[in-house]
Amino acid sequence: MTAIASLREIATRNLRQSGIMIAFVAIVALFSFLHPNFLSPGNLTNIVLQYSYILILAIGMVIVIIAGHIDLSVGSLVALTGAVAATVVVREGMPWWMGVLAAIVVGLIAGLWQGFWVAFVGIPAFIVTLAGMLLFRGLTWLVLDSISLSPFGGTYYQIANGFQNGLLGGYGYDVFTLLIFGIAVVGYAVSAWRNRQGALRYQQAVEALPLFVLRIVVVGAVVMWFAYQLAQSRGLPNVLILLAILIIVYSLVTQRSVFGRHVYAIGGNLNAAQLSGVKVRKVNFAIFVNMGFLASVAGIVFSSRMNGAQPGAGEMFELDAIAACFIGGAAVTGGVGRVTGAMIGGLIMAVMSNGMQLMGVDQSVQQVTKGLVLLLAVAFDVFNKRRAAGGR
Amino acid sequence: MSDNILEMRGITKTFPGVKALQDVTLEVRRGEIHAICGENGAGKSTLMKVLSGVYPHGTYTGEIVFEGQEARFGSINASEDRGIVIIHQELALVPYLSVAENIFLGNETRGRAGLIDWHKANSEAAALLERVGLAELPVTPISQLGVGKQQLVEIAKALSKEVKLLILDEPTAALNDNDSEHLLELLRQLNAQGITCIMISHKLNEIAEIADRTTIIRDGRTIETIDMKDPASTQDRIIRGMVGRDLEHRFPERTPQIGEEMLRVEGWTVHHPTQHERVVVEDASFTVREGEVVGIAGLMGAGRTELAMSLFGRSYGSNITGRVYKRGEEIRLRSVSEAIAHGLAYATEDRKRYGLNLIEDIRRNISAAGLGKLARRGWVNGNEELKVAEEYRRDLNIKAPSVLSVVGKLSGGNQQKVVLSKWIYTDADVLILDEPTRGIDVGAKYEIYTIINRMVAAGKAVVVISSELPELLGTCDRIYTLAFGRITGEVPAEGATQERLMELMTMEKETAR
Repeated sequence: MTAIASLREIATRNLRQSGIMIAFVAIVALFSFLHPNFLSPGNLTNIVLQYSYILILAIGMVIVIIAGHIDLSVGSLVALTGAVAATVVVREGMPWWMGVLAAIVVGLIAGLWQGFWVAFVGIPAFIVTLAGMLLFRGLTWLVLDSISLSPFGGTYYQIANGFQNGLLGGYGYDVFTLLIFGIAVVGYAVSAWRNRQGALRYQQAVEALPLFVLRIVVVGAVVMWFAYQLAQSRGLPNVLILLAILIIVYSLVTQRSVFGRHVYAIGGNLNAAQLSGVKVRKVNFAIFVNMGFLASVAGIVFSSRMNGAQPGAGEMFELDAIAACFIGGAAVTGGVGRVTGAMIGGLIMAVMSNGMQLMGVDQSVQQVTKGLVLLLAVAFDVFNKRRAAGGR
Repeated sequence: MSDNILEMRGITKTFPGVKALQDVTLEVRRGEIHAICGENGAGKSTLMKVLSGVYPHGTYTGEIVFEGQEARFGSINASEDRGIVIIHQELALVPYLSVAENIFLGNETRGRAGLIDWHKANSEAAALLERVGLAELPVTPISQLGVGKQQLVEIAKALSKEVKLLILDEPTAALNDNDSEHLLELLRQLNAQGITCIMISHKLNEIAEIADRTTIIRDGRTIETIDMKDPASTQDRIIRGMVGRDLEHRFPERTPQIGEEMLRVEGWTVHHPTQHERVVVEDASFTVREGEVVGIAGLMGAGRTELAMSLFGRSYGSNITGRVYKRGEEIRLRSVSEAIAHGLAYATEDRKRYGLNLIEDIRRNISAAGLGKLARRGWVNGNEELKVAEEYRRDLNIKAPSVLSVVGKLSGGNQQKVVLSKWIYTDADVLILDEPTRGIDVGAKYEIYTIINRMVAAGKAVVVISSELPELLGTCDRIYTLAFGRITGEVPAEGATQERLMELMTMEKETAR
């Protein structure tokens, strides 16, 4: 296969994925053109910090959506888990890890609770999590006595605000950051190569070698440039490390584990999954427990970043997370979606918010723009699907 | 031919990969009751959907002449406006709405300010209910009525549209004898009032009782139209017309090598999943041996699929009783995963709804039930999965550009091969294949039969459920007949005739043994 034909093949087969990548690049290009500081080291760091908790939520949410459900309660759960952590650390004065542990336990319990109703009682997730949204918000007020609790300070504060910097020294840039990213890029290249070799061994179509090399080089260059920007600024944010681990783990779980397969099977055709021996209830239960866990992680990151817990924390987070999934190519009907897609969807929203904030665009315009982007992304999907069906 | 209210000429309708109707001709005289007969899948329902505009003009070829004028219906509404009303097999009533609301659904008479005058609607509904002899109030919710009464509401609904040609698709399939009797009586009355009826039915005694003429359809073609007053028009003649096919060379050769008993089912009784008092399968017992293909013959609604699915990890029904033995030992099949673990497989009759994940590729559909074989500690070996999928694509000749092709885009025959691959890969010992060749063309059918032969040659036991009698006679060693939830007979395929099977399959309850 020639490079051009191969390129066309990839573009048409993965129109959705490539479309979203192109949109992302276009948006970044637009803002870097409109505002000189957009691509500055400090601002790039900010984007990561500002939106990390939405991305964490979107990881869990995309799994929920692939299985054909929805979770409206995660915003309230972020508030509740943050409030519990604050109670433990700020009010009771216990060590930071006790706060983290307490938040995760509460998140898991909330997940067990919702999973029970969805999976074993059979109530639609929309209803269960709508109830959860009210329930967890109420509990947050109860825990906090309707007032804010701050500051955390210390190690807990460092979770979302700290950086790995200067571990290996450097002149005006952090060598450690560059090293970590260098390892990541090499790891990516190696795994991509092994995948390609595996596919070749099984006589599957792969992209042409020059194109493959070009892809690795472009991705590597963009990532290393990003790393260089971070290294020039404050170094490697702790949150980014956490996020990277979560993305890698959950990408593997969704793409390579039996559990992940079952999630796609349930969302693709529930009846067929059931008749293929998938334990639908157990899988659905696990999906919501996992969502509770990830909501607690997001709650920890958010409360740490805010250096305290507020009764109104996390409002509308669920909608941002859901929007990230749909912009990233998940289907409302279930069965389709990827963790990486949801991450790019989330980043598109992050970049847009951040860019518009830098430009001093009014809050109202920001909301309108976000709404339109979500609508257009899904409309693009529907249009594609119709075209594909017509071409059959 | 001015006495023909309807003439359908040269109707041909194709679905991707299948010719459902081929040059079908149907003439219905004004004021008659015209029955349409044929096996499941012969094309009866498709023909009626063409007539009523479900498949709009342009999606088929041929000509429809209604009341002397060529009709080109673009939708159901268009045909209803002309007075053609179809009552489908699955009733199309909204359970939570009242009788009157259902009767006027989509056809609401608006009064002042565009609002519905419910007093008027209810009184009109009451009049219609009286006409069909249903003693219920118009405000009663549909869900409180039994199936028989719901059928009458459907007819009342048709009457409200000033119907000239009423089409009933298997109207008595779900009714008990009393309700059926009542319905047939009503049809006679309506007929006397000048309404022409087309009735699709499997129940030959009903047809003999009520129809003026009968058209027989087979394999998407019209075979003949016979006058029921003619003494030569016996049930035997209809059966012959329905099944009469050349059996030569349509089935691959096989020398049976039958071994030990593989599966034995005793006294299997299944109740309806929601109507718990209704018995769907009653006291069914059967056996399958190693290397044997056993057929289950039965008409629609006989309980074939229900029997199979209830066995397969209780995927259907409630209050299931009976015993299952595999190789002489009793086994329990409480869930699908238990059934799979005990070496059972069930390939569904409705592969799109129950068999496949249509938005997923061939590879992952094939591995869906046997994922455990590909996984270690919960992680799937993707390369091995590809290899397996490739093997099955080659072995079963699945025609697709690659195993990464999306299953929804394959033809019916290739989709069925994916379903079979999925179950063969689970290493099942007993494979229950429910209508394995439904909706696929003749060439692919032959391939499916070859696959079945290879499975039994490998010592597996295969149960084939089919409405196509030649298929059962051509592939099976032994055939059980099922009628109204009971096993009515067991015949060796050798020497059995379609007429004999059809007789057993239409055996009424009283005589069923």
